[in-house]
Amino acid sequence: MKRIASVIALAVIFGATSASAQTLKTVKDRGILNCGSNGSLAGFGLPDAQGKWAGLDVDLCRAVAAAVFGDDKKAKFIPLSAKDRFTALQSGEVDLLARNTTWTSSRDTQLGLNFIGVNYYDGQGFMVRTSLKVKSALELGDASVCVQQGTTTELNLADYFRANKMKLKTVTFATSNEALKAYDTGRCDAYTTDASGLYSERLRVANAAEHIVLPEIISKEPLGPAVRHGDDQWFDVVKWTLYAMINAEELGVTSANVGDMAKSDNPDIKRLLGTEGNYGEQLGLSKDWVVNIIKTVGNYGESFERNVGTGSPLKIDRGLNKLWSKGGLQYAPPIR
Amino acid sequence: MTMSEGDLAVAQLKYVRQTTLEQQPPPASLTGIVGWLRANLLSSPFNIVLTILISLFFLWIIPGIVNFLLIDAVWTGADRDACREIVQNRPIGACWPFAWERMAYFTYGSYPIPQRWRVDIFFAMLAIGVFWILWLKAPRRDLAAYYCFIVLPIVSYILLSGAEFLGLPHVDTVLWGGVLVTIVVSAVGIVVSLPIGILLALGRRSDMPTVKLFSVFFIEFVRGVPLVTVLFMASVMLPLFVPEQYSPDKLLRALIGIAMFASAYMAEVVRAGLQAIPKGQFEGAQAVGLGYWQMMRLIILPQALKITIPNIVNTYIGLFKDTTLVFIVGIFDLLHTIEVSRLDPKWATPVTSTTGYAVAAIFYLVFCYAMSRYARATEARLAASERR
Repeated sequence: MKRIASVIALAVIFGATSASAQTLKTVKDRGILNCGSNGSLAGFGLPDAQGKWAGLDVDLCRAVAAAVFGDDKKAKFIPLSAKDRFTALQSGEVDLLARNTTWTSSRDTQLGLNFIGVNYYDGQGFMVRTSLKVKSALELGDASVCVQQGTTTELNLADYFRANKMKLKTVTFATSNEALKAYDTGRCDAYTTDASGLYSERLRVANAAEHIVLPEIISKEPLGPAVRHGDDQWFDVVKWTLYAMINAEELGVTSANVGDMAKSDNPDIKRLLGTEGNYGEQLGLSKDWVVNIIKTVGNYGESFERNVGTGSPLKIDRGLNKLWSKGGLQYAPPIR
Repeated sequence: MTMSEGDLAVAQLKYVRQTTLEQQPPPASLTGIVGWLRANLLSSPFNIVLTILISLFFLWIIPGIVNFLLIDAVWTGADRDACREIVQNRPIGACWPFAWERMAYFTYGSYPIPQRWRVDIFFAMLAIGVFWILWLKAPRRDLAAYYCFIVLPIVSYILLSGAEFLGLPHVDTVLWGGVLVTIVVSAVGIVVSLPIGILLALGRRSDMPTVKLFSVFFIEFVRGVPLVTVLFMASVMLPLFVPEQYSPDKLLRALIGIAMFASAYMAEVVRAGLQAIPKGQFEGAQAVGLGYWQMMRLIILPQALKITIPNIVNTYIGLFKDTTLVFIVGIFDLLHTIEVSRLDPKWATPVTSTTGYAVAAIFYLVFCYAMSRYARATEARLAASERR
């Protein structure tokens, strides 16, 4: 009996380590990419009327599936709550966590995650009624603010008001839905949450035109996909998938023109699309890995506009998420 | 002195009416609507006050609901603009085009569209099974139990999950959702909990110490922890102990958790019934030479289950609604599909959430009311022996 128990324990240990050390091989053998995602955030991960998942984070998972299998439909989405997302990644239940997760030092170190980059630069913002005639968050002294309780949002809010020596009246609610309802019915002067959320919440108030989002962003919320510690190859695959999408946008390669671009003479494009060099093989993927990504998912800009930007009802301004060459922060190292 | 015949005849003429009076209708105050009102609604000052208060309550609550669901409701439209007061310039109630567009998602979740006929067949087979076993005049009811408890589970599993050798592609349970998941989870809970509950109840009253200890421990432990905790442990902690490739499917974990839970509650319901049976029934059964199982099957359980029908159905209705808790472990049951649909920016309006919840309320109301009505009918039928 004891022997059986110890054999099981060993199997558990070896099973766990082998699963984490060769994720790329495990994923290829399984034939499916397990992707931990948010099932309930508009623009980032939300099933549509046909039950198909759509969003910026979802697109990254599809891109990784396209890079590994040449087929973006081989990504399986596992909805994770904010509480169980890290355990799901650590236990190997998902290969990749793309769930609007803020990149912080403690998550990067103590929780054993490796963030592969930032696919959305977010930050906390405010929404107020236009009738309040407020142009800046600094004029919000003495205003009452509706906020969801127990979130970093609530803490950031207190920090910001204290740092600017303004008096704060918070009205807290258990869910963002309640907080928004209260704001809409006039219980508070302002409503605060992450800027990406503000745009989708603004659509749900009675008259969106009566509300504006203030320009101040009071916290840094770099949202990035993460993988487990201890598997550098898989880390590289996911990281370069994001970089390939950003590079493709910079080089003007889109899902519409990727076929023609393969004949381009530009050496950067040739390297990106695998007509020159063997950069795909170096990652353990095929030569045309980027072509597969761009054909099915598109470049970073296309994904952004389709899910959260002008092509979506959210109409979020690209802001910090513009390419570095256009005044934003999205910058990818070159493929060469 | 004796009365002569002549005297008697005179007396009859004087005091006894010879013909039957014409039948009169009852007084107007006791018949018709007025009579009914007086007898039932206005019989005493206390009753009058109650009648007025409750009527006022209905007057207060019903117009709002009718207004929202029907009169102010929007029936057609392509996107959120159809359901916005600002655009339509009128008060807006329920946004039905939103629910209509999402109806397929509410029913099937993310189940692949080309494969959804399999879910339809499952619903049809389940409906046949339910009618067959519950409708007393159905033909060949002797086969219904085999159909419901053997054929249906196996065929449904193959149909929904898929079998490559039959040409049915595998559909991962992550993709299941909506009404499909709600029905699967509650059907499994309902079907599994009664037999296991009966066994646990018998075990708890057993003379065998180990069996008794196990039953008591199981029932008390499972009843002692909240369902949310069980589901959470199963979905978050289990993967940490078991390597990924051996860890059971997420839906299966929730199914096991719910089945265990329902069984423990059912055991206590059945035990209450067992305790209500007089000792004489046990002794009588033993006196005619029945063994333990024969006694239970033929004498005790039929009586015990009969008196616990209201409680069993109560547990079932509770279970049916408890299935919504699976949403916290990331399973898309009906309520969860509604919960994510209302976030769709395409339909983002102030009434979208309320409309979604109204759909859920109607669905659960219809199913729970049907269960409760059927149970009432069964009770009435089985209580025939007690009527005089």
